[in-house]
Amino acid sequence: MRDFDYVAPTSLQQAVELLAKPAGQARPLAGGTDLIDHVRNGRLSPDVLVDIKKIPELNLLEAGPNGLRLGAAVNCATIAAHQAVQAQYTALVDSCQIIGGVQIQSRASVGGNMCNSGPAADSTPSVIALGGRCVITGAQGTREVAAEDFCTGPGKNVLKPGELLVELRFPAPAPHTGSHYRRFIPRNEMDIAVVGIGVSVTLDDTLKIITAARIALGAVGPTPILATAAAQALIGQPATDETYQKAVPLAREVATPINDMRGTKDYRIHLVGVLLVRSLQAAVARAKGECPNYKPGH
Amino acid sequence: MAKKRIVSTTINGDAVEFLCEPRQTLLEILRDVLEMTGTKEGCGNGNCGSCTVLMNGKPVTSCLVLGVEAEGVELRTIEGVARGSELDEVQQAFLEGAALQCGICTPGFIMQTEALLACNPTPTEEEIRFHLAGNLCRCTGYDKIVRAVQCAAERRAGACHK
Ligand SMILES: Cc1cc2nc3c(=O)[nH]c(=O)nc-3n(C[C@H](O)[C@H](O)[C@H](O)COP(=O)(O)OP(=O)(O)OC[C@H]3O[C@@H](n4cnc5c(N)ncnc54)[C@H](O)[C@@H]3O)c2cc1C
Ligand code: FES
Ligand code: FES
Repeated sequence: MRDFDYVAPTSLQQAVELLAKPAGQARPLAGGTDLIDHVRNGRLSPDVLVDIKKIPELNLLEAGPNGLRLGAAVNCATIAAHQAVQAQYTALVDSCQIIGGVQIQSRASVGGNMCNSGPAADSTPSVIALGGRCVITGAQGTREVAAEDFCTGPGKNVLKPGELLVELRFPAPAPHTGSHYRRFIPRNEMDIAVVGIGVSVTLDDTLKIITAARIALGAVGPTPILATAAAQALIGQPATDETYQKAVPLAREVATPINDMRGTKDYRIHLVGVLLVRSLQAAVARAKGECPNYKPGH
Repeated sequence: MAKKRIVSTTINGDAVEFLCEPRQTLLEILRDVLEMTGTKEGCGNGNCGSCTVLMNGKPVTSCLVLGVEAEGVELRTIEGVARGSELDEVQQAFLEGAALQCGICTPGFIMQTEALLACNPTPTEEEIRFHLAGNLCRCTGYDKIVRAVQCAAERRAGACHK
């Protein structure tokens, strides 16, 4: 592998200083499940890897009345095992349990998944559906970006050279809210999404009418897509399959998939409809406090 | 060349120090520096699981971990599984159940099984298959591996009841 140096700062300040080198020379290392392979195969050629796993802010995992704070370097296994995340931010658990296999989940972070900015990244649609905001710090200061605005193209995002994604912040879900992420792959595990959909749905006190919804589509465009009109079509409507079907054409409309080895455009557009209905069914069941019968990959 | 550094770690209960270039993976350190060649390299990019070791109890693919990241952690490798000269239940079950042919994937499967049984001593077949999804085997067709894991779990449960 290319020669590089390694530093493991223990404060955010140190990390920002280390990363403030000319573009491309210093690179954050979270779980390394993308980065180490990218350095090995020459796609990236950093001179220094800045291990961000020892920085307290990036290891935060805290849920309370003000919502969830998720440090960018927290690994998928830790997230999926967290009780409050399981109860209130379930779509994140769905994502974290299907990124790679168990070994990858011990290391891979949601922050790294977002920063790698693959169009088919399995955590980004959940982060978007749950209303996540990205807290970004660099030499110029700190700023916040909505998760749906974070990715700008395949492998591209709003981070400027030297900037670090510090944490993801999620609002506390309203009562009777449920969320879900699911993807379609031809196998049961260990594959890249042909289509992935993250949704979050809130019901009224009768548990019959949808009062709020967010829908995010993955692998059907250069970046994950917030399907605003499709979500809007659910509001005020009964939580039934008939309603979900009304959102389908609106979600398909904003999908701009490509043909590739994993699927054709038409196939992906078709899958958007199938997965949207299934993910809404599961999210609504969760909003009602039920445990939907969902097995990753099915 | 980036400076080499001394890394202090614990491997299979023993304190170990090694000299490491930042670019060397934990897999390279184990095999080439420490000459612990039980851990195998299949793909070198995280896909096959044959390089699986336990890092602070969690299974990781050591080809995607830098050697320098082992500073201060506890590692467990296939060399630490047997109790002295006696194979543990998982190893014994793989052997008796012919859950291996060429054997390249086996240390990875055994470490991944150790991780599974440590947190879930009585997994269902589906849980076993899901947990082992990050381990590839080109020889056995997986069925005997799943049976071996079931057998090891049963034996351990039996041992506990005594
Ligand atoms: C076998 C295998 C299977 C996989 N399966 C899946 C899958 O099913 N679904 C899926 O979505 N992905 C999958 N992946 C991809 C990968 O595991 C994820 O993208 C992972 O979440 C990346 O996180 P990481 O912590 O390992 O990031 P790293 O590899 O450490 O970093 C990824 C990139 O982001 C940058 N970066 C990391 N953190 C920050 C930060 N806080 N601020 C700024 N930049 C940062 C790094 O410099 C690097 O360029 C798989 C990978 C492997 C090897
Ligand atoms: S050699 Fe590490 S996963 Fe294949
Ligand atoms: S026994 Fe040969 S790869 Fe599994």
